[in-house]
This record gives sequence, C-alpha cells and structure tokens, in this order.
Amino acid sequence: MPTATKQKTGQTTTSGAEILVESLIRQGVKCVFAYPGGASMPLHQALRQHRETLRTVLPRHEQGGGFAAQGFARSSNDVGVCMATSGPGATNLVTAIADAKLDSVPLVAVTGQVPQHVIGSDAFQETPIVSVCQQITKHHYLITAADPNCTESVAQTLRSIPRIVKEAFYIARTGRPGPVLIDFPKNIQLASLEGEIDYDPPLFLPGYRPETRTVADEQIRQVTAAIRRSKRPMLYIGGGVVNSGAADQLTAFARRTNIPVTSTVMGLGGFPGDDPQSLHMLGMHGTVYANYAVNEADLLLAFGVRFDDRVTGKVSEFAKHGKIVHVDIDPAEMHKVKEAHIPIVADVKGFLEKLNPAISDDDIPDLTEWWDRINGWRAEHPLSYAERGDHILPQFAIEELYKLTAKRDPYVAVGVGQHQMWAAQFFKFRKPRRWLSSSGLGTMGFGLPAAMGVQTRHPGELVIDIDGDGSFQMNIQELATLTCEKLPVKILLLNNQHLGMVVQWEDRFMEGKRAHTYLGPVDHPEWLGEGDGSFYEETYPDFVKIASGYGVAAAHVRRKSDLAAALEEMINHDGPYLLDVICPYQEHVLPMIPSGATARDIITE
Amino acid sequence: MRHVLSALVMNQPGVLAQISGMLASRAFNIDSLAVGETENPELSRMTFVVHGDGRQLDQVRKQLEKIVTVVRVLDYSGEEFVERDLMLIKVAAESGSRSEIKELVEIFRGRIVDVSSQHVMIEMSGQERKIEAFIDAMRPFKILEMVRTGRIALLRGSSMSAETPAGDVASA
Repeated sequence: MPTATKQKTGQTTTSGAEILVESLIRQGVKCVFAYPGGASMPLHQALRQHRETLRTVLPRHEQGGGFAAQGFARSSNDVGVCMATSGPGATNLVTAIADAKLDSVPLVAVTGQVPQHVIGSDAFQETPIVSVCQQITKHHYLITAADPNCTESVAQTLRSIPRIVKEAFYIARTGRPGPVLIDFPKNIQLASLEGEIDYDPPLFLPGYRPETRTVADEQIRQVTAAIRRSKRPMLYIGGGVVNSGAADQLTAFARRTNIPVTSTVMGLGGFPGDDPQSLHMLGMHGTVYANYAVNEADLLLAFGVRFDDRVTGKVSEFAKHGKIVHVDIDPAEMHKVKEAHIPIVADVKGFLEKLNPAISDDDIPDLTEWWDRINGWRAEHPLSYAERGDHILPQFAIEELYKLTAKRDPYVAVGVGQHQMWAAQFFKFRKPRRWLSSSGLGTMGFGLPAAMGVQTRHPGELVIDIDGDGSFQMNIQELATLTCEKLPVKILLLNNQHLGMVVQWEDRFMEGKRAHTYLGPVDHPEWLGEGDGSFYEETYPDFVKIASGYGVAAAHVRRKSDLAAALEEMINHDGPYLLDVICPYQEHVLPMIPSGATARDIITE
Repeated sequence: MRHVLSALVMNQPGVLAQISGMLASRAFNIDSLAVGETENPELSRMTFVVHGDGRQLDQVRKQLEKIVTVVRVLDYSGEEFVERDLMLIKVAAESGSRSEIKELVEIFRGRIVDVSSQHVMIEMSGQERKIEAFIDAMRPFKILEMVRTGRIALLRGSSMSAETPAGDVASA
C-alpha cells in the first residue's frame, strides 16, 4: 500500500521521506535507531506516522544508535538500521559504520543531508559523509536529482528511492555482509509525488554478484582427501560460520570427524564452547592448548576466517607445518594474508552441506594420539587465575555470572579491553549470535548500546553487558535509553579504575610506567603508577549514583563473598540493572602472545 | 612484473574517487590510471598499470571487483592488446634547433601542434616505451612542460571486454 498522507482532490501525495520509510517497512524493518536533527526531521515525521508498524528507538548519541543497530543485527539474521541527521549526526555514526565493515555486520545507515542546492557550500551541518565513509562502507548512495529545480527530474529521483532502499538491504545482507550508507538531502525528503509508487522495482547492480560459485565436487574430494591423510587436523572457525548460519553443519562435521575446534573472537558460539571438543579461542589471548595445537597441526581447516593479525601473530610462523584449507565467501580473503593450499570461495554453510554427506568412514583419521597430546597441553595449561583473598577478580566474576546464567543462554555484549578477553575466555557460548563483541575495530563503548539493540530485538531474553569502567563511560548516556525505552539490560561493570589492557601492556612492555591509564583524579598517586596497589576504598566516578540519576537500579559489590548474591539480585531484577564490581587492576589477561610473536613465545604468567 | 588491468565501472559521480581511495588506503602502487567514457554511456573504462608480484596483483583485482560500481576487471597480461599513451610536450626551440626537433618528431610520428619563437608543443601518442624514448630525445633541447594521459588499452581482435550491464542485472 502506498502511504496515503494528504488527500488532495482524490490524489495520493507522498513525500520523499515517507517513500523512504515505507520502503524500510517493505524490507521488513521492525525497528530503527534514529536521532533527529534539522536535516532529518521529515524522516522522523514519517517515522512517527508509522510508529505502529515500525518502532523508533531514540538513542542518546548517534554512535549509540549505530551500535544498537549492530546489536540488533548481530543477534539475529536481520539488517540493522540507524538514522542520523547531517553533519555531526552523520560523523557520529562513522565509528559504528567502520566497526560494521570490519566485523561484516549487515547495517543500513540513513543520514539526512543539507538540501541539494547548498551541497558543497559548507552549509550549516554539512559534511560530505559519502566521501568520508567511502572506504568503510560496502556501498553508499547519495540520493540527488539531476536537476533539483525540474519537477520531472525530482519525481524521477523520488521514484528511485524504493529501488535504492531495496538495493541497500540486498547489498548489506548478501555475500559478505556489511554496512551501506544512504545519504538523503532534505529537499528530496520534502519533495512529493502524486500517484502510485512501485515499491518492488528491479535492482540495477551490474557490478555486484554476491551469488557464490557452487563448490565443485573436485574441491570436496580435495578436502576429504586432505582430512583422510592428516594426523593432526584442526578446525579454525570464525565469524563466517556464524554469519552463514552454519553452526549446526559445523557442529555435525566436527562431531563426525572428531577434529578439535578452535575459534576466533568472532566465531565464538559457532561450536558449543562447553563441548570437550572445543579448544576455545586461539590467538593473542587464546588458550595455550589451542595455540599449540594450531602450531603443530598438519591440516588447518580455516572456515569463515580472515587470518587476522591478532590470531596469527607472525604470519610466516603461523600454522607453518600445516596444509591450509580456506573457505570464505569473500574472494579477496583468499591468499590475502596467508597462502591457502586449498582455497574455496563459498558460503561456509553451503560448503558444509556438500562436504558432510561426502565424508565416508574411511576419510576419518584416527586422532587418538593427537587428542592425547592436546589433552596433555590442556591439563598442563588450563585457563586459570589466582586467588586474591576476598577481592573479586574479574575472571571470577565472569565465571560466576556464566554459571548462574548458563541455563538461560543469555546474550552477552562487551566493551573492549581486558574484560572483553576475559569474557571471551570464561563465558562459554553454546549457540551462535549470543556473543557480541567489537572484534575487528575494537571499539570501546560498544557493549551498552549493542546490548540495548539486542534487547530491542529479543524482548523476553536475558541480555547482559559485561563492561569495563573505561569502555562503559564511552557510551554511558545510553542508560537513559534503557530506562526510557524500557529495555531491561543487565550491566556487569568490572571496575578497576584503569584502562586495564593498556595498563597490562605498560606492565609488560613499558616498565609499568602509567601514561594516562588511570581513570581517577590526577592528584592520586595511581595517576603516575605510584599507588601502593591497595584495594580501592573509593572509586571514581560513583556509578551507582549515575545509574540512579538515569533511573537504573544499581549496587556496588566489593567482596567475593557478596558476589553471588549481588549477581542473583541483578539477574532477577525486573528492569535494567547496573552491578558495579570493584576489582583489583593488577590482573593480566593470560595467556598472551605478544604482537607479532609466535605460539612458542606464549606468556602464561 | 608489469600488468595492465582494464576495469569497466559505472559512469557515476564519485566512482573514480572511491577507486583511487581504495588503492591508496590499501597501499597499492599504481603507475598509471586513465579513465574515460565507453561506447555505453552508462559505463566508463579505467585502465591501470600496476607493478607487483602475482599475489599483489590478485589483491588489487579482487579489491577492485568488490566495489559495487565496478562491473568487470580484466587483466590484459598474457593477452594480445594494443596500448597507447598520449602526451603533450612543450620544448624550448631556438631557431637553430627547430629543424632538428622537427626531424625527431617525424621519426617518432608525432605532430607539432603549437609554435612560438621560443618553443614548440608536440603531440605524441604510442606505447609507453616510445613515449619515454621521445622524452629522452627531447631532453637536450630543454623540456618546458609536459603532460600525459596515462595508459589506455584494448584487447585485439573481435573479443569484447565485457557484456553490457543489462545482461547481468542481479536479481533479489
């Protein structure tokens, strides 16, 4: 149905803004995260009209809106949608767009733009956002009329909006997913069109061919032969397994062949983390046994991964004894970092659907010896942490939270830093899309808004933001959104008063010299790292007071003996809740492979 | 190794900026880039000359292909193709040296397109090596200014570099 707005002499008149919003609805959009401003007001007027079918969540910062849209997308199969005004509104979305590009998240960002006749004149709140975002989007559109003064030219542009929106969603979700930007000048938003509008026009994308080549039987034979000949095979899985919805096929493949599974940060949940066959995460802060196993493997089955430097360390040394089978949907990932012996450009799910039935019992090698070695490493170097009296170690807090909530399969979003890595290590995910982490870009402040987006998408589910005090303060304003939009997100704040990961690097590589990594007042001795390392009696800021100002229930917890009860209180609270867990800052994320080093250089204490 | 890549791209504002931005942000070195319209007004053709090993070239090509407005990328290396570069070059020409310059222009099959008492301007087209040889030949006379279009190339024979875009419109 075209949106009937104003009835003029029996004719239906539709504005550009209304056409865009109607096009979003046609794409099945149920929720947008939109912050208004001068150049996007007509869009918001149209959103208001459609509030029964399309929910508009008002974040408190455009970046929060961008990450909420990501949370919405990452926790489901849907394209996330965010919207902002021109200029600063648009530039505030840039980080969320870049983040979505690196983590392959389907996102459509709509920005208002100044009217066409003033584009290029340094008008108020004008930025060339398409140019700014060119290298960080999968694709982008600027909706302009060839001649803005000509009614027919404007009408033609208005009629192209449904095609542009349809293309934007198609591009965002197909192939390797990614962000698409639609920049929408205000004059086109306000211009109107009489008569029927075709909301399902054909796409025109001659240069976009996301349909993957079919996997050749010969390729499948190569892979089964490689498995058959291997003695020490390893599965190295990543975000592609999650994105292609291949978790079931992957799990079936792994269980059938008994090949050990390790995962990137993006791949967590692609295979059940509580399964003994899982060696958990690999890479810089991966487990010793996963890193040793990859280092020793004679066959690396790299599915939906991109050999990121945080995984490989020194590339020439990474998995150098092994034959590499690389399956990814993006042809440009083949041989980009590491030469693959068997490169297969394919959707991981489609590939596994072909591979699984092709495996015969004869193809499955005897891995007893291999598992014995791995289990030896696992027994020798389990994930662990020390005890510090009644202090709450962040690792302990995460492990406790996991034990208390495992049955509910919660969604967990994180910020960036030590707490992120500890969550990746100690929270075991059994299903895909339950774990949300800014992994490629590593954006602090991701956790809270992402959790907010997840809760919008999954209203009845338990959604937790595990955050650090540094990251949390980068988007703390979204506490208001939790209250006002009635989103009962739980926040486990691991508060160590420091930028813990940078502190860890200072301790390891810079003689412990603190350089702007303490988050309290400058006249405290900790500012220069001259504190006595004692446990904090007072922390800054008072997060409980802040939360209460926003109408979010909150509590501090300092003693290990009080933690379980405090966690129960948080989980069972009806509404958003912040638990401020005061932790020591001396803990390091271990194991650790220093940047550019190899599995043999792993630090375990 | 030297490679000539030919890309058909959609004739839209911002496409050149996006492609050159991608090449720069991925630190690919391009020796030459030329762009112009084709027989189809909806398409432009970009010709790149790239130096690099097979793996670098493979990355350049695949990253180009990932750009939605890039319809087709072809590597002409190993194919039969014609390659040309157009140059305008202004050379100081006192009365004494003028005939010598004229002779060289004829040998290289160029054209003198502008003359004054102080200089001549020469139009020269051809393969890169010829253009460079001519530049060397002009150096003794003092080169005042020059400009080159960058290399353009087309495959020999009746084979076409790409189908028309209408042929492979994606369907959702």
